[in-house]
Formats: sequence, C-alpha cells, structure tokens
Amino acid sequence: MAERKPIKGITKDRTEKLIQETLAEMPAKAQKKRAPHLGANEPSASPCAVKSNKKVVPGVMSQRGCAYAGAKGVVWGPIRDMVHVSHGPIGCGVYSWGTRRNLMQGIPGVTSFPMDFTSDFQERDIVYGGDKKLEKLLNEANELFPLAKGFSVLSECPVGLIGDDINAVTKRMEGELDKLVVPCNCEGFRGVSQSLGHHISNDSIRDHIIGRFEFPDAPGPYDVALIGDYNIGGDVWAAKPILEEIGLNVKSVWTGDGEVEKIGATHNVKLNLIHCYRSMNYMCKVMEEKWNIPWLEYNFFGPSKIEESLRNIAERFDDTIKANVEKVIAKYKPVMQAVIDEYKPRLDGKTAMLFVGGLRPRHTVGAYEDLGIQITGSGYEFAHQDDYDRTAPEMAKGTLIYDDVSEFELEKFVEEFKPDLVGSGIKEKYVFQKSGIPFRQMHSWDYSGPYHGYEGFKIFARDIDMAINSPTWKLVKSPF
Amino acid sequence: MAEKKLRQIAIYGKGGIGKSTTTQNTVAGLASLGKKVMIVGCDPKADSTRLILHAKAQETVMDKVRELGTVEDLELEDVLKYGYGGVKCVESGGPEPGVGCAGRGVITAINFLEEEGAYTPDLDFVFYDVLGDVVCGGFAMPIRENKAEEIYIVVSGEMMAMYAANNISKGILKYSSSGNVRLAGLICNSRNTDREADLIEALAKKLGTQMIHFVPRDNQVQRAELRRMTVIEYSPEHKQANEYRTLAQKINDNKMLVVPTPLEMDDLEDLLMEFGIMEAEDESVVGKAENA
Repeated sequence: MAERKPIKGITKDRTEKLIQETLAEMPAKAQKKRAPHLGANEPSASPCAVKSNKKVVPGVMSQRGCAYAGAKGVVWGPIRDMVHVSHGPIGCGVYSWGTRRNLMQGIPGVTSFPMDFTSDFQERDIVYGGDKKLEKLLNEANELFPLAKGFSVLSECPVGLIGDDINAVTKRMEGELDKLVVPCNCEGFRGVSQSLGHHISNDSIRDHIIGRFEFPDAPGPYDVALIGDYNIGGDVWAAKPILEEIGLNVKSVWTGDGEVEKIGATHNVKLNLIHCYRSMNYMCKVMEEKWNIPWLEYNFFGPSKIEESLRNIAERFDDTIKANVEKVIAKYKPVMQAVIDEYKPRLDGKTAMLFVGGLRPRHTVGAYEDLGIQITGSGYEFAHQDDYDRTAPEMAKGTLIYDDVSEFELEKFVEEFKPDLVGSGIKEKYVFQKSGIPFRQMHSWDYSGPYHGYEGFKIFARDIDMAINSPTWKLVKSPF
Repeated sequence: MAEKKLRQIAIYGKGGIGKSTTTQNTVAGLASLGKKVMIVGCDPKADSTRLILHAKAQETVMDKVRELGTVEDLELEDVLKYGYGGVKCVESGGPEPGVGCAGRGVITAINFLEEEGAYTPDLDFVFYDVLGDVVCGGFAMPIRENKAEEIYIVVSGEMMAMYAANNISKGILKYSSSGNVRLAGLICNSRNTDREADLIEALAKKLGTQMIHFVPRDNQVQRAELRRMTVIEYSPEHKQANEYRTLAQKINDNKMLVVPTPLEMDDLEDLLMEFGIMEAEDESVVGKAENA
C-alpha cells in the first residue's frame, strides 16, 4: 500500500511538540504513564510505537467501559433470539439496555428478546448467594418466552465477589430446560477495559455454543460467515447484500441481528470474514485451529475500501466469484461517483479527528478520504498492539495517534489541530459542539446509519456534509 | 501408557488444626514416591508452601497483581516456584484481615493459573490448601466443577475440630449434588486426646467415610518447621517421616470417594458424649450464674 501524502501543516515535530505541551500540564506520575500512549505517526513503523491495553491513569476522565459492557453491549446483546440475563444488581442491566443500536429483526417477545432481564440483586442475595434466584429467573423467563433459543447469564461485579457459581447453575439448567444456557464470567472489574469482556464472551461461545449446531441446508463452496459486525444502525443489512450479490452465501452473522443456532453452526463455513478484529479475532483463531477455517479481514467503509476488500475476498474463491466482484464493482462505481460528485466539492480539503472504540479509528479512514477529508488524529478506547500496527499505515506521517485519550488531552489536541469534524462518543459530543466544532457520534452513527457498504456510504456522506456544512455553525458565536 | 489423570485434592479443616503442615508433609511424601505435585495455597496468610520452599513467605499472585495493577500483566514464572522434590508452589495471597475480599483473591488466582497453563499434563496431583472456614463462595472455588474432586478434612479429637469437620461435610454435600466433588477421608492430626483414634473412626463412619490415617503427635514436626522444612526432608529416617509417607501412599491408593452424610447437631453431641468429650446437659442449670 502506498504511503499517504503528508497533510498540510501536520509534521512530526509539531505533533511531538503538542504532545509534550499537553503532558507538561499533568502531574509527573501521570505524565510518565501517559507519554508512551501518545505519538506522532510513522506509517512504516511496525510495531507501532504507541503503547496500549493498559490500566487507565487514575484521576483522568476516560471513555472506557468495563468487561461486562463489552460482553453485554457488544457480543451478546445483538444475538436476537436469546434471552440475555444480567446477573447482579439492576443498574448494569438497565444502563446497557439497547444503548448500542444493534438493530434486529423479529417480533419482540416471540422471536427476538430486546428486553432487559436481570436478577435485581438485593442485600439478601449478596449475603446468601444469588444462585437460587438465578435458577428461578431462568425458569420464569423460559415459561414467559418459550420460543427463546437459549439464555446467556452475564455476571456483574458482585457475583464475582461473593463467588456465585453461575457455571454450575447454567449447566444444571441447560439439562432441565433442554436449551442452551451459557455462562459468561464477565465481572466488570476484570481487565483494563471492555476488551476483556469481548475475549471472555468469545471463550464462552467457544466452550458452549460453537460446534453444537448444524445448518439445516447442505454446505456449499461459497459458504461464509460475517464475524464482528454488530448491525449498528443496520450495517449488516447493508454489507450482507453485497456479499450475496458477488455470489457468496452468508450463513451466519456474529452477532449483529444474530441467531444463536446459526452462530453455533459456523464451524461449517469455508471462510470467516472478520470486520471488528478487536472483539472477535479470538473466535476466528479458534475456528482456524480447530476446523481449519481461514479468516480474512475486510472493510466496507467507503467505495475504495469496499473495492479493495471485495477483490481480496475474490482471491479466496474461484473465477465465478472473481468475475462477479468485477461486475459488482462496475455496477456501483457510477452510483458511488455520483455520491462523491455531490459531496466532495463541499468537503475536499477538510480534516477530521477520530476517537472511537476498537476498529473504526482505522476502518473509517478510507471513507473520509473518499470524500476528500484527511484524518489528522486517531485513537482507540481499548485497542491492543495489533490494532495500532494496523493503524499506522492507514494514517499520514506525523499525524497524531492517541491511545485511551483523556478528555483533557483530546480537547487540547483538537484546540491545536482545529479539525473541521470530530468523530467520537456521546461524552465528547456536546463538549465539542459547544465549542463550535462539528461533531458526529461515531459509536452509534449518531442515531443514523447504516454506514457500511454501498448503501451506507450514501448516508455517511450525507451525514458528514450535514455536520460540517450545516448553516448552524455560522449562526453560533463562540464566546471564546 | 494410558494418559494419566490429574487428581485434584483440597484439604479443609478447622483453623490451626495443621492443614498446611499436614499438606506439605504429605506432598513431600508423594514427591518422594516420584509423583509430580503442585500446591496451591488458598489462604491470605500464604503459609502453604514455606516448608517446601524453605522460604519465609512466597510472593503471592495477589501481591504481584497489587504491584502491577492488573492480573493481565502477570506472568506465571513471577508466582510459580519450585521446591523440594520438584513440587510446584503457588500462593493465592490476599488482603490483610479486615479489608477487601480474600475470596475473590482465590478465584482470581485459580483463574489465572488455568489461563496461564499451570496445570501441565505431567502433574499427578494438585493440592489446594484452603483457609479454615468456607466463609464465602471464593473459598469454595477449589471444589467447583473441574477442580478438586477429592476432599480430605484434617481433624483431631477436640470438639471444635469435629464440629468444623461436620460443617465442611455439609458444604461438600451441597456441592456434590452439582458436581463430582466427594469426601475422601478424615486425616486425624493427633492432639493426644483420649481415645482419639476410636472417636475419629466413629465420626468417619457416621459421615460415611474413613479415617485414612492417624498421624501421631511428634515434636519432630516442630523441629523440622524451625528450619522451614518438612519432616521428610529434614529427617527422612525419622519415624514421623514414615507416618507421612504412609499417609501419602494411602492417598495415592485411595479409591473411597463418597457423598458425605453429615450429622445433625444432636447426633454429633451424642457421639461426643459417648466418648466422654462432652457431658450431658443439665437443662436446670442453663443460664444460671455460679453464685446464683
């Protein structure tokens, strides 16, 4: 891949100076801890020099979630035909209820269960243990929702402290109910971020779900699975049709709009296509080791990346698929060109800074670039070294890379780089909007979407244009 | 050779009864029989491995976690030490009394050992030396599914030690319904009380199990402890070393694994009265002061 052209005004020296100035305002101990997490990008550097996956520095405002959030919000929540039980006091269940906009089909209560199920711990349950209550809950939920295909039991913090053995309860209940009952020991205090919750959930799928089901129809040479697409704002519904159009047979989706029996039969596909590497590479590696299923990362944000990804996918198949890919690319090229022709003139030369979860800080770069927007800074809440290694080549030399950035640092960086757009989460949204900087909430696509695929790019381009070029900004006078 | 099955054993008993000393001497006995053994100390006091390692106190899993901030940064070699006879030693550790959650320390440590591959296939035995009372779910961790399936209770002819043994049997009964945990026997660590062996034999029979061995009291144990050694290492020819080797051999050969039948309090008291440990209650004097 060709290295990106330098961005005007962005140099390694300037970025490093900015980092030093920002660090200088922190206490010595915090400076020492934060310094390795910030850096000026060197596209050819491998491994990327920025340190990651470490404990948050005490005292800063962090955007991170917890292991439970990673398990419930990311991996389990989108599986639509299971009942997901938050085991513990009520808060965790309620505040993780439908917050990630992982859209799903189905009839609520019949074929989908987007409700909040919780064991609502009281003092009594802490003192005497919650295992009996959990058993009762599972029985009641099964009676109320007999069509649920199974249950997941997600431990909240107190469960790990009092040592409730949810694994024994789920095993017994699986026999009694004759249905999947899956334990997930994802207590929030485990690990440094939500990332461990993804890993623990992957392990639960490995131990309790994968390999236990078969697809009803016969296997074919074009069977694939979509891994790590959570259907935020309907992303799966924009990505899956493209794969079907090139002749592939998408047998299961992990876990956006997910069906657990299909997830459990995924060991029969020919290739796993992984979108969010951070949250589900673990299971791709398990399926590779145990069933010899290769996996391939892909990126459906913006036409350039879609084309690149489709051709990479085609390489894994025969000439039929290769020919289909070229046909599909040719078919959508004018459609995408029309989108670019409409929006690029208003966006060309603009800059943006990103700070999102574990994938988008690198995967969406291409979509911005298709619209002429350059990314001057990017970083992740909970990524690991392998994510940063994949990020360095996607960014221009000297751009700012920040891991687990604090509110203070991000404000400082934005103040200096003055991007035309910031794409980050709900905690940042109003801070930047109030200081007169266009903003998109990029965890849930700001209640819009999909942003994936050809369909998604149209919406993405419209939303970004709407954010940056809204006449509102001309009416707002910043007091600063 | 058929793949050998790892036997996981948990040692419970009243506080101060001699669990750690008995465990380490027995483990040394098994090691001298050529067995590969790991000891996992599950007590915040962290004194389950000192005789094997000749150390004052081994650095514990939770000590390292406190130092590093997270368990994810911890490496197995930081906390796994090798002692007498190649015995692998780990201490879970935990907070000082009165703060934090010691039970979670046990859960964290055992999870860590599993994830980091401490349970290697060459092992014949893993011994969990557990804090006296199973006060919360954390201290039951060693007897959850896929962990220890054999429990030995260290006991003596003293009343409170027998109460504790009966209570622990109740815990085993609860867990045996959901898993494979079984009571494997009582180890009598003698306090030289009257008719001690007979009494513990009788208790074992009522619990549905056996007294696997009667370990006589011998000051050689204390002499060895002063040098932070097991008797087996300190004085292999001494008769007390033979006792521990016999116990080790009996555990090695033991096939008697039962779901215990704990006694009701009345039955236990009847037993104690039968052996003269307790006198029949005179209801007429209950609650009356000496001079009343």
